[in-house]
Amino acid sequence: MSSSLARPTTPADPPEPDERLLHRSTLRRLLGRPELGAVVGAVAVFVFFSVVANSFLQLSSLSTVLYASSTIGIMAVPVALLMIGGEFDLSTGVAVTTSALVSSMFSYQMTANVWVGVGVSLLTSLAIGFFNGIVLVRTGLPSFIITLATFLMLTGMNLGFTKLISGKVSTKTIGDMEGFESARKVFASQHTIGDVNIKITIVWWLALVALATWILLRTRAGNWIFAAGGNAHAARAVGVPVARTKIALYMGTGFGAWVLGQHLLFSFDTVQSGEGVGNELLYIIAAVIGGCLMTGGYGSAIGAAVGALIFGMTNKGIVYAQWDADWFKFFLGAMLLLATLLNAWVRKRAEASK
Amino acid sequence: MSAVLAAVVGATLAGCSSTGGKRAEERAAKSAHGRAAVDTPRWTVAMVTHSGDGDSFWDIVRSGAKQAAVKDNIKLLYAHSDEGQQQSEQVQSYIDQKVDGLIVTLAKPDAMKAVVAKARKAGIPVITVNSGSAESKAFGALSHIGQDETIAGEAVGDELTKRGRKKALCVLHEQGNVGHEQRCDGARKTFKGKLENLYVEGTNMPDVLSAIEAKLQSGDYDAVVTLGAPFADTAVKAKKQAGSDAEINTFDLSKQVAQGLANGDLGFAVDQQPYLQGYQAVDLLWLYKYNADVLGGGQPVLTGPQIVTKDEADELAEYADRGTR
Repeated sequence: MSSSLARPTTPADPPEPDERLLHRSTLRRLLGRPELGAVVGAVAVFVFFSVVANSFLQLSSLSTVLYASSTIGIMAVPVALLMIGGEFDLSTGVAVTTSALVSSMFSYQMTANVWVGVGVSLLTSLAIGFFNGIVLVRTGLPSFIITLATFLMLTGMNLGFTKLISGKVSTKTIGDMEGFESARKVFASQHTIGDVNIKITIVWWLALVALATWILLRTRAGNWIFAAGGNAHAARAVGVPVARTKIALYMGTGFGAWVLGQHLLFSFDTVQSGEGVGNELLYIIAAVIGGCLMTGGYGSAIGAAVGALIFGMTNKGIVYAQWDADWFKFFLGAMLLLATLLNAWVRKRAEASK
Repeated sequence: MSAVLAAVVGATLAGCSSTGGKRAEERAAKSAHGRAAVDTPRWTVAMVTHSGDGDSFWDIVRSGAKQAAVKDNIKLLYAHSDEGQQQSEQVQSYIDQKVDGLIVTLAKPDAMKAVVAKARKAGIPVITVNSGSAESKAFGALSHIGQDETIAGEAVGDELTKRGRKKALCVLHEQGNVGHEQRCDGARKTFKGKLENLYVEGTNMPDVLSAIEAKLQSGDYDAVVTLGAPFADTAVKAKKQAGSDAEINTFDLSKQVAQGLANGDLGFAVDQQPYLQGYQAVDLLWLYKYNADVLGGGQPVLTGPQIVTKDEADELAEYADRGTR
């Protein structure tokens, strides 16, 4: 935590009670929220692309942007929670692909109802999260190293198992199997209202944000997450179950990977085994733009959602603005840096005005 | 300061190279500065490929597309992503922009199926290039321009057998690219010897080098087939470092590959004429908009395979040099 902050953020700090229990004016409360800067950044990015890209403001374009944001946002929420809890997960990108592969191959090979595969995939994704968490608390190694190892193992397993079982690098289609239609409704349906196409991932995304926000701000588990990320030793001293909290957080990212993986499977019928590499960084970026500190103990789920929205708007806005594709990554990086700088600046002003 | 600058400029002028360099390149570039040859309205065509960042093959496809766009008075937009989902989102973005025509690759057909259907529904003509000959028609594209990967693979297998090879390595640089799998499978089918697959991280050249080197050290391979021109050079380096005497062969051409063929570093190359894929796709969309012409009669239009050996290398080197072969 930087020393310029006017108030301590660890609930374990004795001089004043937990700041989330104090009653302050609504404006004061809003100014103190971690996502404030991200919201300002999002508005700036939105205005910017509305001006430079003609087709950005069409309803159909905005629904494309929202969909792109939701595919980042679904994972950014549990990743943000994990980062507030003071840990990293680099295996989330490929874990999404793993979840889709397991679901598809299990259903196909067992000729089972598709929902069986979906269930097995949920268990697998939670197990991967549990593995990350248990190795972390047992070995005490940095999560960066552990999840990097998991990332590499999963990348290899995705390809290895797919080749072994399907004989190809992509899975066989399960589009004609029992239960596919109902599963598609749940994970990959879309409702077209006139020109606008609302995909169900947006609903999942908002639901996850609401759930995570409730956990963080209204439950004991939320306090444990802040405490574990703020200062694990102090938290342990006052009786916070730090190990259990961290394992649960990793299982949370497993759950997110499961939701997104099922979405990919049911929108495309088949899964490419080599995909997902590199996306883990996008989820982390979204959480950081949204006000999560890299050091833990501070951040919000709403912020991560706004961060994902900034990323989605930038990612698609560049295409709508018809800028040269060669410079795509450069623009993306520059926009993200600017959004984050703006975010930090706004937050500093907010802190100072208290 | 100015004295230093003058010294530098003077030294540069005094030290002119009479061969190669930027000036030779400028002399060689006699194209792509043309004006439109037609008076049709300015249509917009978007091209979305599964290329990774900085891919030399796709650069040639783009240069073909650009040249046809200049000639046909077309505004060409380009986007690419090696993730199927990203690629389909990019196509969606262009549908939102109501472009007049779309060129897409179907390396990951399932990811592209829905969005191509959407484009058709929005009345945008679609042409598929490079990969997806099997799916193109079913998805509702006008034509497919490319090389049938299985046929190209089979041609490689035949050539390897003809050269008396026994044990070969097929280097795949994009995990999960169906077309690449088809190439190696095709080669395996017609090759009388044994062919093994090796997966490498194509966007990380040092990794490609060390992977091939390690593999060559671990077995008595007498041939390597790479699936892209830049990987052929790397395979040659790996072969030298591993002290192996395997013959390096490759898919696709480039200036370096043409030179490698000429000086005997490489055995043969299988060209699919990427320039033609980009150029024809744009041109066919123009023909369709202007005259409702469709080429191919529902069959893919093939641009390859063409086996290139030492004999043709010199002529092609010149074209490869200007970025069109």
